[in-house]
Amino acid sequence: MAREDTPLDQETLDRVLAEELAKGTDRRVADGRARSAAVRAYRAAHGEAPAQAAAAPSGAPEAATQTQPAQAETPAAAGAQGMAAPAVAAPAVAAAVVPSPVREAPLPTGNVPEAKKGAPEKHRLLALVPPEGIQRVEREQGDRINVWPHLLIEEFVALLLMSAGMIIFSTFVNAPLRELANPNLTPNPSKAPWYFLGLQELLRYFHPLVAGVTIPFVIILAGLAAAPFIDRNPSTKPGDRKLAITMFTMLFMFGATLTIIGSFFRGTGYNWVWPWAQGVFFEL
Amino acid sequence: MKLKPPSPSEVLDRFRETEVWKSMFRPGSIFRKGYKDTSRDRALATMNNVLYHLHPVKMKRHGLKLTYTFCLGGLSFFLFIVLTVTGIFLMFFYRPMADVGGAVAYGDMQSIRTSVFFGDLVRNLHRWGAHLMVLTVTLHMARVFYTGAYKPPREFNWVVGVILLFLTLGLSFTGYLLPWDQLAIWAVTVGTSLAGYSPFVAKQANFILLGGVVVGPQTLLRWYTLHVLALPFVTVLFLSVHFWRIRKDGGISGPL
Repeated sequence: MAREDTPLDQETLDRVLAEELAKGTDRRVADGRARSAAVRAYRAAHGEAPAQAAAAPSGAPEAATQTQPAQAETPAAAGAQGMAAPAVAAPAVAAAVVPSPVREAPLPTGNVPEAKKGAPEKHRLLALVPPEGIQRVEREQGDRINVWPHLLIEEFVALLLMSAGMIIFSTFVNAPLRELANPNLTPNPSKAPWYFLGLQELLRYFHPLVAGVTIPFVIILAGLAAAPFIDRNPSTKPGDRKLAITMFTMLFMFGATLTIIGSFFRGTGYNWVWPWAQGVFFEL
Repeated sequence: MKLKPPSPSEVLDRFRETEVWKSMFRPGSIFRKGYKDTSRDRALATMNNVLYHLHPVKMKRHGLKLTYTFCLGGLSFFLFIVLTVTGIFLMFFYRPMADVGGAVAYGDMQSIRTSVFFGDLVRNLHRWGAHLMVLTVTLHMARVFYTGAYKPPREFNWVVGVILLFLTLGLSFTGYLLPWDQLAIWAVTVGTSLAGYSPFVAKQANFILLGGVVVGPQTLLRWYTLHVLALPFVTVLFLSVHFWRIRKDGGISGPL
């Protein structure tokens, strides 16, 4: 409804406008206040009904009569397609009786909707969103800085330093390449890559089913993945997380110790050696 | 009339006005409009950049502190890129064939070391980088644990991270076999012998892993395919989810 169509009480308009201007209020503000007072006065005098009646000539009755059969058609169409018509009608009734927080969407029919005749070329950026569909994002503004330049420069420096370190190391230290693979000649000792040496070390103490399957897959893989679901303590303060930190540190140290033992303290026949006495049996 | 040649800055300015240059950058990009060190241009520098997929415009100040992240996640990703690039280079000179008497793969390894230009350096980078990546990924996991960054809403991203750790180990282990020297096949023999102890499916697991009963030419081809194609593909998928969830779960965790 356009602003000009709003019915108002002309007498109140003139009176309030004169009062406001007399007080020295700005012309635009005075105009606005007078207008709102006049509309309120008109509505108080006539009730809300005339406002709707005034809107009627601008096409509301036609819209209403058009909507009516469309609504009537929907359940019939759904029924014709073999779907339960009550399922479509029920949520509307339920919503009228008990306000339900979950709105049930009608089942998808797979029909591609036809464009309305005379629909405008542009689409409007307006959508009706049910309240439960709104995702609330609450975040403290906090102390924030720009990613460029601060973080990106830091990352770039880290990247350059690591590249430089790798290139220098790779220039002077050659990766090992032993003699051609020979399935008939088992080297002594035979060791897995270093990150599996902890497990190989465990094999000395446990049955392979424990050391090779249970510990790596059940305890480490599943246990680690389940950590956030087991540890329900919401705090991230180290002081509040003594148990979690202790357990993780123990697991980590356990793994590191076994890996170091497997790497440096195992020699010929996978027997115990002292690396400073009998030498290192370890290759990357 | 004497014609003066345009100064380099004039040439650059004219180049900036061309349609080709402008088409390369989004409207509002600092590469189109020039950069002044203002808050607005700092924001636009991130916003009109492909890095916007990885980084927000603004972040928590404490996230800059080196002792919070030690850059471990970023360095792991960078290592993944370095390993991809060096790996592609090595693929030009390597054939995963090891049939009896042939040993093409081992011969290719030797020629990479001796006759390929920069071959030795690139192979060293690839090998040391792979070991380093296992280390950085493990340390990254430890950092995330100690800062409590796996807690809600980041639980799922932690799970993705655990999967990525295992993918990293898988990538490293499959690559370990490719030189086809004594070190490679025996380390892999020892490593995969554990699969033979898995309950119920021991034989099948071993056969799937090795393509046979022992480590042989068929294992080499299988692990090569896994190493250069299958595992990197899966890793990239999980990396995408990992990075996307960091942004969606509210960026860097903390402060403590």
